[in-house]
Amino acid sequence: MVRPLLNVPREVRAGVAFEVRILIQHAMETGFRRDAMGMVVAQDIINRFECAVDGEEVFSATLHPAISANPYLAFSARLGRSGTMVLRWVDDRGGEGREEVSISVS
Amino acid sequence: MLVCLGLLGAAEEKRSGYDDAGPQVRAMQDDDLANPAFLWVQQGAAVWGQGCADCHGAVEGMRGVAARYPVVERGRVVNLEQRVNECRVERQGVAALAPEGEAMLGVTALIGLQSRGMAVAVDVSGPAAGHVARGEAFFRLRQGQLNLSCAQCHEQLAGQSLAGARIVQGHANAYPIYRLEWQGMGSLFRRLRACLTGVRAEVLGRDEGLLGDLELFLAARGAGLKVETPGVRP
Repeated sequence: MVRPLLNVPREVRAGVAFEVRILIQHAMETGFRRDAMGMVVAQDIINRFECAVDGEEVFSATLHPAISANPYLAFSARLGRSGTMVLRWVDDRGGEGREEVSISVS
Repeated sequence: MLVCLGLLGAAEEKRSGYDDAGPQVRAMQDDDLANPAFLWVQQGAAVWGQGCADCHGAVEGMRGVAARYPVVERGRVVNLEQRVNECRVERQGVAALAPEGEAMLGVTALIGLQSRGMAVAVDVSGPAAGHVARGEAFFRLRQGQLNLSCAQCHEQLAGQSLAGARIVQGHANAYPIYRLEWQGMGSLFRRLRACLTGVRAEVLGRDEGLLGDLELFLAARGAGLKVETPGVRP
């Protein structure tokens, strides 16, 4: 899997919400299309996305078909102390992606 | 004099596909983090690091290059993709990049990005003039089962609607683009091929001279528009 485009502030204020934005390169094959030979192209989408800081979940989403290729996710988070944010996602073929960012809280 | 005025009038009305796109599409292009084309740009940077940088240095040095491409050289039009592959094969001695492949789209988007905001300014003097004229003739040639020329839609009917979509002027200042309909990135050639298929005309091969002439004409026609690479289109 290609590295995603991830935008997370490295330094945040305690208790103040900040935005996490991520753009993941993925075909998000719906499972409804047919190929040139008329065979159904198997569904292959990112079905689960999770974001945790030091093991504690801050955001997660279960994704379904009808999401465009290269999905863009944006959500807010709030931290009380510094930690490592881990973003993980898996697709229908078992492909996995993972990004790690350490965020310092002041 | 009238002709001059007419040309001036046309120049003022040049509209990029961006201007005719909806607010959501424009927002995607405006934000480099929401523009999926930057995933390709990122891959292009990796390609750049594997050889291009040895001679050319940092890619920022490529500023202005995409704005003056395509160029005429040894009697033919050379676009950015052809130049990249020529460089790879003749100077680096490595394999050419596959057209429409992620590496080629990425590296041309990366080079184009360096010229973002600069005015399109191709050289149409000297030997280029003949190529521009041939390109324009092709642009105005009725063809295909629908018997349509590029000019009929993209000049005469530009700004009007075609099945709910705005007909754009068809400028090439944002290529390679991320097209929502494609759910991916594509080159100007892919766009032209789709157009030719659309009017049910014979599709030109990627390396046919006429296509280069058309590309040069399109750049000359869009002179003064800002380079938007990598653009987002519906």
